[in-house]
Order: sequence, then structure tokens, then C-alpha cells
Amino acid sequence: MGIGQGVQKTDAVQKVMGTAKFVEDMIPQNALHAKVFHSTVANGLVKSIDCSEAWKIPGVKAIITCFDVPNVPYITAGHPLSFDPNHDDVRDRLILSRRVRFFGDEIAAVAAVDPLTALKAVEAIRVEYEEYEPVFTPEDAIHAAHPVNPAYPTNELARLDFSISDSTVTWGKAAFSTEQNIAGREDLQSDHFSVPAVHAAHIENNACYAYMEGERMVVVTCNQVPFTTRRNIASALGIPLGRVKVIKPFLGGGFGNKQDTLYEPIAALLSQKLGGAPVALVMTREETFTCSRTRHAMDFYTALELDENNKMKKRAVRINSNGGAYAAHAHAIAAYAVTNYFQTYSADVVQIGESSTMYTNLPSAAAMRGYGIPQLAFAIESQMDDLAKQRGIDPIAFRKINMMKKGFLDPFDHFVVESYGLEACMDKGAEAVNWEKKRKEYDAFNQSSPIIKKGIGMAIFSYKTGVYPLQVENGACRIILNEDGTAQIQVGATDLGQGSDTVFAQIVSEILTIPESKLSVISAQDTDVTPYDAGAYASRQTYVSGGAVKKAALILKDKILARTAEVKHCAAEPLMLENEQIVQHAGEPPIASIAEIAAFVQYCNDHVLQTEQLTAEATYTCMSNTFAFGACFADVEVDVPLGKVRVNKIVAVHDSGTIINPKLAAAQVHGGVAMGVGYALSEQLQYDKKTGRMLNDNFLDYKIPTSMDVPEMETYFVETYEPSGPFGNKALGEPPLIPQAPAIRNAVLHATGIAINKLPLTPQRLVEAFISAGLIRAED
Amino acid sequence: MYDIRKTYSASSVSEALRLLLENDGATIISGGTDVMIRLKERKLKQAVLISIANITELKGIAVRENGDIAIGAGTTFDEIYRSEIIRECVPALAFAANQVGSPQIRHVATIGGNICNGAVSADGVPVLLAYDSCLEIAGVSGIRTQTLSGFHTGPGKVNLDQSSELLTTIVIPRAEYEGYFAAYYKFGQRNAMEIATLGCAVCLRLSADKKSIDELRIAVSVAAPTPLRCRKTEARLRGAPLTNQTIAALRKGVLSEVQPRDSWRASRQLRLQLAKELSERAFRQALETAGGEIV
Repeated sequence: MGIGQGVQKTDAVQKVMGTAKFVEDMIPQNALHAKVFHSTVANGLVKSIDCSEAWKIPGVKAIITCFDVPNVPYITAGHPLSFDPNHDDVRDRLILSRRVRFFGDEIAAVAAVDPLTALKAVEAIRVEYEEYEPVFTPEDAIHAAHPVNPAYPTNELARLDFSISDSTVTWGKAAFSTEQNIAGREDLQSDHFSVPAVHAAHIENNACYAYMEGERMVVVTCNQVPFTTRRNIASALGIPLGRVKVIKPFLGGGFGNKQDTLYEPIAALLSQKLGGAPVALVMTREETFTCSRTRHAMDFYTALELDENNKMKKRAVRINSNGGAYAAHAHAIAAYAVTNYFQTYSADVVQIGESSTMYTNLPSAAAMRGYGIPQLAFAIESQMDDLAKQRGIDPIAFRKINMMKKGFLDPFDHFVVESYGLEACMDKGAEAVNWEKKRKEYDAFNQSSPIIKKGIGMAIFSYKTGVYPLQVENGACRIILNEDGTAQIQVGATDLGQGSDTVFAQIVSEILTIPESKLSVISAQDTDVTPYDAGAYASRQTYVSGGAVKKAALILKDKILARTAEVKHCAAEPLMLENEQIVQHAGEPPIASIAEIAAFVQYCNDHVLQTEQLTAEATYTCMSNTFAFGACFADVEVDVPLGKVRVNKIVAVHDSGTIINPKLAAAQVHGGVAMGVGYALSEQLQYDKKTGRMLNDNFLDYKIPTSMDVPEMETYFVETYEPSGPFGNKALGEPPLIPQAPAIRNAVLHATGIAINKLPLTPQRLVEAFISAGLIRAED
Repeated sequence: MYDIRKTYSASSVSEALRLLLENDGATIISGGTDVMIRLKERKLKQAVLISIANITELKGIAVRENGDIAIGAGTTFDEIYRSEIIRECVPALAFAANQVGSPQIRHVATIGGNICNGAVSADGVPVLLAYDSCLEIAGVSGIRTQTLSGFHTGPGKVNLDQSSELLTTIVIPRAEYEGYFAAYYKFGQRNAMEIATLGCAVCLRLSADKKSIDELRIAVSVAAPTPLRCRKTEARLRGAPLTNQTIAALRKGVLSEVQPRDSWRASRQLRLQLAKELSERAFRQALETAGGEIV
């Protein structure tokens, strides 16, 4: 098998049979169970806590409160260590908070013999607060009387402003608005786009358990970045890194929402208090909604000027990002978004970007599939269609005039676009949906159909692969060859369902010719023994970690050939691997099998040969970046009086370089499309306007699409070769989600003529817009 | 883990009633799709549960000698959906039963639970209201009968003494379904696993020449504190011809009778729009089944 083959997922059978072990499957029988006391105010200070009634409940073993935790703030973001002061993460979390920052903040925790007893004890805790006025939007947050984090008195967590000319970025206060007011200048003629906070809705709730082995703290957690989590736990507990071991078993979806350190320090502290007894802390679905992370809500204010040839002359964007209660990834996500505004398209004369992330008294926002780009793509791609409509030009033609071309020099990260399939993606998608014919056909249909209207819309994107040069991009791999020619592959990179383990097996198979069926990728990470990797985020694993696997496999291959030469007394030079055999020239009879060589060099007892367990280990430092591209086409039907959008079909076309596994790649796109349909039509976190309590913290009221809501999908890949990728490959994990929402929005625009600038396109929002536009008639 | 103090499983209605009387504050449970949520949300603590899931006399659908359809309160939505009797005599109810939640929910959730839970969004209720169904409720002093209309007294509230009564049967009288044609239109934000944002059932009987409305019933859910019948509109349109003016009057009439509220789940504006739109669509569908045509 190897590269380019539709190899079956290495864990498919285990997952289908239900034998794959997730955190909750592994909790020791004798473990104590912890529950958290959550604040019932969004902004305030805990004056006192009374746990006396809780202690009276039989079975309660430990109670910790915000008055008991180390007073050393720590980082929760799942980022690798950075020595660059501009990219250091914010230390603003304590294990339990006395200074309450959002409705649901963690104030106390109980460990008891079972979850119900712990919950009853939590209910018996009494807390007295000093309450402050909460703020829920960036506009309200600026200069609020009681800043969320007193170290940031204006509530502005960070901002990033710049202007670009001749591919050169000038940092500093940009000229777009001279006001301090983050809402932007009122006199500016600009479009406003708005996207809400949404939730990753991974099926496995965030869960962990902690216990001690002697002096060492062991934390088993469903976390995407076990090595960073180890560092954050050590920092939270104030113990050396070497005293912490993190184990990540199978993981039931994460989408970035398992990238941050959440309840691991609470479980660990409780275990510490209990002499190392195992303590499990499994979030309920409601807690996962409120107390993990969200996608950032963002407002975009954009201004744009075109010349007579529809080429962009001047272009500016202002992003206000709602960061929520804790810094988490701070400004990284808004920064990703504001810079991408000038990557997919650029203007000739003026380019100005401004962005701000604000603390507010809402659940913390952080990484979620697409890292700011789904938000941005909604704004840009909606704007592109609006402009095309204004100018009376075809949306695809308009994009082609202004979009990124091959050879583009990224002004921020200074790399040049070499592999470029953006235009081909658009052409392929347009052909697949029969763009021109359908646009005209639907225009004609809509003329005489007041109730059902049909539309077809599209959107494009560019997305970076990994985060070099902002952060270090590295990963390591170890391969252990067995005496029968089978091998184990160990990687620090984490498979959270996306299939990276399978791809790593394919890479090793490609180089060593050993079929995937004889290769075992150790799916669980254990920071004591697993080689380091930064983890799963930024669509980096096949590109970066795959580089480590390739490097290790090449080292092992060289070792096999060198030992063969030694054992068989021949020159290593012409030797090569073919079908698990070592041959001197292609097609010739083998001189030995990999298995024979592995067995011989490990067990030969001839008093001459130095025996060796054939292994290889390598760390790969990735010092490159590259854009993945894609285009999405949506065919929709709008039931105007009901405000209901039915997505009939999505055609998704991606340039992710070489496709390593076409089946997994298509599945990745299918999942992204489904998630994107939810972002487009139905998903939004809703909060009580007075208290900030999350209203829809469950799957009844938080509307992810069901199988009945997911459209027919067609996926295509425009395969390019990216020289910096280990096999010509680039990002695919996150991209499929990105263009769905604007493509659907633009299809609704085509169908109805109504431009909706706010996500999601719910019936309520559409009915309101259709009434004010006169599409829905008032009753006589 | 759930906070359950004690559980009983009754094997007859009389045993269930006895257990209810013996256990103060006990909760009746059948499919559990509402009760378990209350337990999980800690709205129900130290629960004493009396299961009626194993009472055979509460299950199944039958046509009584007088032609009335009797649906046992413990009948699941899936059973209703698959019932030949329901499909033949009151097909709109089969359709409505299939709109509830998901296949998993429909396999365990019962029609009796759906009614007694008192939810304003219950999918089982509008069609039954439109068929002028009756409820048979067992208590210490025997069976009492009451119309479904009026059973709901407020959000989550029904006219049932939870400490001594048990809904046993839902009856659709022969006179209320024979010659009637009905349709249910549920609007949800997505196409499955959804509660109604608003639902509307229309049940009608045409004149012999199929040119006018002989009898009309309109039931709307999530448009007032309880599922409601639009009786003024029904009365006004009795005898009305099958014209677009009648449909306009239907829309206007329904609008004047519903009282939806603004909530974070949906605005009053959306619900008003849905009320008039769904009533028209349900009416048109019922009319089509009845063989009537708008002229």
C-alpha cells in the first residue's frame, strides 16, 4: 500500500466494535469522582464559601475551594513553549477562581465515592459573592468598571493593527480608525458582518482522571496536546515537569476544544490532597458546553474600494473578537483572521487591518476547527458576492480578478506560494455544479416562484498549514522493528478521529515497503515514553509530524540496508527495499527479507556481530508554511414564508497537495461540510442577556445538523505538489469547514436577493429579513 | 448516576394506583424520556419511580365495538406510527407520531406520557386535539372521562391529580374521525431530533358535494401557554366555500387567536408567521386528502 492509497483506518474495527478504550472506559474501579461547584454570577468576587453541610454528606472525601489553590496563575492554551515575548501565552487561570469571570466559573470541587454523592455535596455548598456588572460584548467591555482581569484595565486583551504596502507590513496603530473605541469609526462607510460563538460539539465530553505513582502525578485525559498539557499541569500544581505524566488514550473528537488544559489540574489537586488516590472528573454535556471552550464570536467592519476594472484598490478590515473570561489563546485567533483577510485577496493601493480581542464575562473562546478563518471567510466571501452583485459581474469572475495567485509572497510569514490549485478548484467546482447554466435556470425559476426560491452560491478560502514561523513546528517519531519484520510506530502526534495514525502507517509503509497490516501505530500517547510532538492543531500533523515519520522511516531504512550489507558482505550502495525484501537491483531475487535481517542482527550470537534492536528515532523541524486552498459550491432551496433553507447539495473541491489517503480525505471533507452546514444555518450559543448563563447547553437546543439535515455532498481534490510537504501534501484537517457558511449564505442571496450578514441563517433571522424586504407579505 | 430512592414496577393499573397512594410524591414513569431528563437536571430528587411500562392493559390500539379508537396510554409513538388502525382511520396521527424526536425516542416514549407531561410543544397533542379526542383517567373512585381540549391548564400543567390518577386511554370517538381528513405540520429548526417551534393540525369534513367546509378544527402548539384550538375561526369558516378568500380568512383567524411569546428559542414574530403559514399548509394538505379543491 503506501501513499495515495485508500487504506482502511487503523482503528476502524476497534471503534466499530466498541473495544477502543476512551478515558471513561479506563477510570479505575476504586476511583473517587469529582464534581465542580460553578458560579451563579458572571462577574464578581467570592466573599466566603461554607462547605460545612457538604462535609456532612457520607462519602465525601475531599473538598477544595478557591481559597485552597496555589495562587500562581498558569497558561491553559495548548501551544508549544515560545521564547518570543510577542507569542507567549497569558497566565490568567487559577485551578479554582475566587475572582469569578463567567457564569459557570469553577469555584470549588468535591471528590466523593460516586458522582451523585459529589454532586449532592456541591449542591450543599453555600457561596457569598460580591457581584459586579457583567459585560458580554466587546463594545460593553471596553473600559467597564470591573474589568474581567484586573491586569487588563480596559478589558482589551490584545490588539494587532497594521498596514501593508508592497508586501511589507508596517505594524502599529493603523489608519483605519483613529478612535480608541473598538467599535470602529461611525463615519466610516463599511459593511458589518457578525458571527456568534459556537461550540465544537465533539461526542466525547471532556474527561480526565488523575492518580499518583509515588511522587509522580499521572493524568489520563482526552487531550489533543498531551505534552503541552503536561507542562500546564506542572505549572498549575507548581511541581517539576518530570513529576507529571500525561496519558492520552483514544479520543472521541476534539476539533480544538481538547487543545486547552481544562479540569486536569482540578483532578490532580484533589488526588494530591487524597494521597494520590485516583480522582475522575468527567464533564457533563452541559459542562462541556459552558466550561470548555467556544469558537470566538467576531464582528467585522470592512471597507473597500474597487477601480473601474473591478480590481480592489483600497481595503480595510476591523475585527472585534469576543475572547470571553480567560485569555486561553489570547489574540492568536483574531490575528490569524485579520492577516488572512489580506492573503486570499489583496488590494493594490491601501491595505489596513485592525483587530482586537476583548475579555468579556462569557465562557472562554479558543481554538476550534479553522482557527478564526471560518469567521473571516464568512465576512470576506459574503462581501465578495455583494460586490459582484453591485457591479453586475459573475462572482467567480470577480474573485479571479482579485484573489491570490501562484507566486504570492505572504507579507506576514514571508513564504512564497508554490503549489497553487485555487483557480483549478473553482473551475472544477463550477463545472461539477454546472454553475452558469444553474445560475440562469434558477434566476428564471425564481421570477415566477414566490414561495420556493432556488439559489447557487460559492466561496473560496486559503488556509495555512501549521503555524511556522509564529511558533516552532516540530514533532518526533520512533519506529521499532520486530524480528518478524513487523514494526511499531510511536508518535507524539495525536489521532482524534481524523486518521493521522493511519496516514503515519502509510508513510512508513511507503518507505519500508512493509504493508500497513504489519505496522502498529501506538495510538495512545504517554509523555514518559512517547516521542515529543506539539499535538493536533493547525492541520499540521501530516505536514509536520508526517515529516518526522518520514525522517525516522528513512533512518530505519538506511539501518536495515547497512546491516544487510554487513551481514551479507556486500556494498550497501545499490541495496534497496522491495516488497519487504532487500534487493540489489529492482526486480532481482532478494538477498534477504527485512524480517531475516531484523532477527539476525538482534539475536546473532557469533561473538563477532554487534547485535542491535533495529529502531529509529527522529525529530523533524518544519521550517516552512504553505496554503491549502479550496472552493465550495452550495445549491439551496429557500422556503420563503418559513424562512427555511434546505441545502440540496454541496460540492467541495480542495487543493491539499498530494492526497495521502483518498478515502480518509473525502471523509474529512464530509465531516467538515456537515459541521459547516451547522455553522451556516443553526448553531449559536445563546446566553441570558442579564446573567450571562448559557441557555442552550444541550443537544436539544444547540442545533447541530442531524443526518436528516446534511446535504448530498460531492468532493473533489485538485492534487498539486507542495515542495515543502513530506510527500507534497498540505493541510486538510480544518479547511473543509471554512467555506460552507459563506457559500450557503451566497446561495441564499442568489435565491432571494437578500444579503444576510449575520450567522447563523436561522428561520427567525430570515423571516425577519424577508418581512422587512417585503418578500413575506403582511396579512391584510 | 441518578438520584433514585426506590423503584416499583406495576403490573396492572390498580396496582399502579395503589402504589401511587402508598408513596407520597412518587412519579409515574413509562418510556422515561421526560422523567430521566428531570432526574438529570436535578429537578427531581430522591425519586420514587413507579414504572407502568409493563402494564399490558395500557398498551395497544383497538377499535371498540362502537367504532371509537382506543389508544392505550402506554403505547409508544413507534407503535402508533406502525398501527394499521391508526394509518387507516387517523393517518395524520401516524404522521405526527413519526415526527417525535428520533427513532430511539419513538421506540420508548409513549403517547400518554407525551400528553401528561404537559409540554406545549408535544407532537402527539395537536392532531388528537383536532380529532376532539377524549381521555380516560383511572382514579380511586373509578374511571373519569374528559376531553383532551381543556386537559392542559398551563405550561407543563395538566388536569390530572398526580398523586392518585393515571391516564389509561386516549379515545378518538368514531363521530369525530369518520368522514374527517386531517394533516399535521410541524416546524422545527432542523429535520429530526427536534421539538416543534410551532405545530399545527387541521381536521376537516367537507360537504357532500365537496364544495364547502362542513366542519373544521384547527389545533396549534407552542402558540399559547397550552396547545389550543382556534374555535372562533373554526366556527366562522363552517360552511365556507373552498376559495382563496377562505384561506386568507383562515390565516387571519388563526393569527387573531394565537398568543405566542418571545423566547430565546424563537421570537413572537417567527411564531406568528409560522402560525398563519402552517395553518394554511395543513389546511391545504387536509383538503387535498379529502378530495377538495380550491376554486
